[in-house]
Amino acid sequence: MLHFSDLQGSLPGLWEGMKVTLQMLIMAVVGGMFLGTLLALARLSHNKVLAAIGGAYVTYFRSIPLLMVISWFYFAVPLIIGWVTGTNRPIGAFTSCLVAFTMFEAAYYAEIVRAGIQSISRGQMNAAYALGMTYGQTMRLVVLPQAFRKMTPLLLQQSIILFQDTSLVYAVGVLDFFNVAYSKGNITGELQQYILLAGAVYFVISFSASRLVKRLQKRMTV
Amino acid sequence: MNAEDSTMIRFNQVNKWYGRDHHVLKNISLEVKKGEVVVVCGPSGSGKSTLIRTINQLEAINDGEIWVDGVQVNSPKTDINRLREEVGFVFQHFNLYPHLSVLENITLAPIRVRKMSKSDANQRATELLERVGLANKRDAYPSQLSGGQQQRVAIARGLAMQPKVMLFDEPTSALDPEMIGEVLKVMQGLAESGMTMMVVTHEMGFAREVADRVIFLDHGEMLEQGAPETFFQHPEHERTRQFLRQILAPMHG
Repeated sequence: MLHFSDLQGSLPGLWEGMKVTLQMLIMAVVGGMFLGTLLALARLSHNKVLAAIGGAYVTYFRSIPLLMVISWFYFAVPLIIGWVTGTNRPIGAFTSCLVAFTMFEAAYYAEIVRAGIQSISRGQMNAAYALGMTYGQTMRLVVLPQAFRKMTPLLLQQSIILFQDTSLVYAVGVLDFFNVAYSKGNITGELQQYILLAGAVYFVISFSASRLVKRLQKRMTV
Repeated sequence: MNAEDSTMIRFNQVNKWYGRDHHVLKNISLEVKKGEVVVVCGPSGSGKSTLIRTINQLEAINDGEIWVDGVQVNSPKTDINRLREEVGFVFQHFNLYPHLSVLENITLAPIRVRKMSKSDANQRATELLERVGLANKRDAYPSQLSGGQQQRVAIARGLAMQPKVMLFDEPTSALDPEMIGEVLKVMQGLAESGMTMMVVTHEMGFAREVADRVIFLDHGEMLEQGAPETFFQHPEHERTRQFLRQILAPMHG
């Protein structure tokens, strides 16, 4: 049996960690989907340059390990921001991780959104164009709402993976749920217990969310 | 009135190719007058759908000119979105927006493109739904409607923009036989109200009763055109006679 000397006392800290994790998750999901949608539109664009840039971005970020992106951005993002704004203010590990997740996940969301857009019949676009809508209006009002509806289960599955991946911020010292559990374990000398506890929490949340998505998917296809 | 004023659609030596070898429209020249109803028929693959889609540039042309109400549609200077506001288009497969209700399908473009107020757009949509006999379906979704009902909503959606011309691309081809009549009746009413219409269809009954002129297309060429009486009773070309035999008496063609 797992034995904790003072689990009660650790709970507030763990909860703070979970809040950091969830904050990171939500902001990265929103930012990643937004950027991913733009990338998908770029990849599907008739403009060859835009399509090539979108394609290169997606291929690049899907071909490198997330941990590398996180560590690299930890050093690169402050430099770039400092260079753009001309100041030398440190921006913090949380922000650099958020940028890393947003940009990394965008590549995966982009492929999901792209498949969603391609699944909408050409006739839908033509119907919007025939009424005088611009490309932007056609996408925003007709194609994307349908594409997102179709792709909701896949987008949520990808977000569950992101939820697990946020634990990688451990590498640059952000105090998320996993990192808090890890340090509590170190302090009390109960490292194994705390890591197992953290694992159980990630499992329960991810598994339940995944089951919910499956049910949603069934309801949507009926 | 001079000739220019009474012309709504004009094709001048229009050519279109798919790829290098497939010549879909060959030197098409034709005019449609204001208020005229023109039926375009021909065997499948004759280019009739392509022809009607070039009018609002859903299909680009390679050569020649197309004019709608004095505006050259294939000129790079023309704002094609502005032009499309004036040209209603009804598709074979209706293409209603499945994520919007019937009312929203009709009001989307008037609100977003014409910048009509929501209440005006709703009121106009309700009137149009009454006109096509579907006032009770305003809050339904397209998937809850029959094909014939969907197509009538699609016609109302086109009319909501108050277009100068209505184009129909095989509007009844995807319908079960018992629903064809309700759609043709709406189109007939529209023709009687003075709308300029170009209709790609195999419904020869509609052509006979409603059209002012029938055009026959074969292999991208406009083989002949004429008033329905002459067209059906004294077709000039052997290809036209053959087509009419096939379509009017398929078992004996």
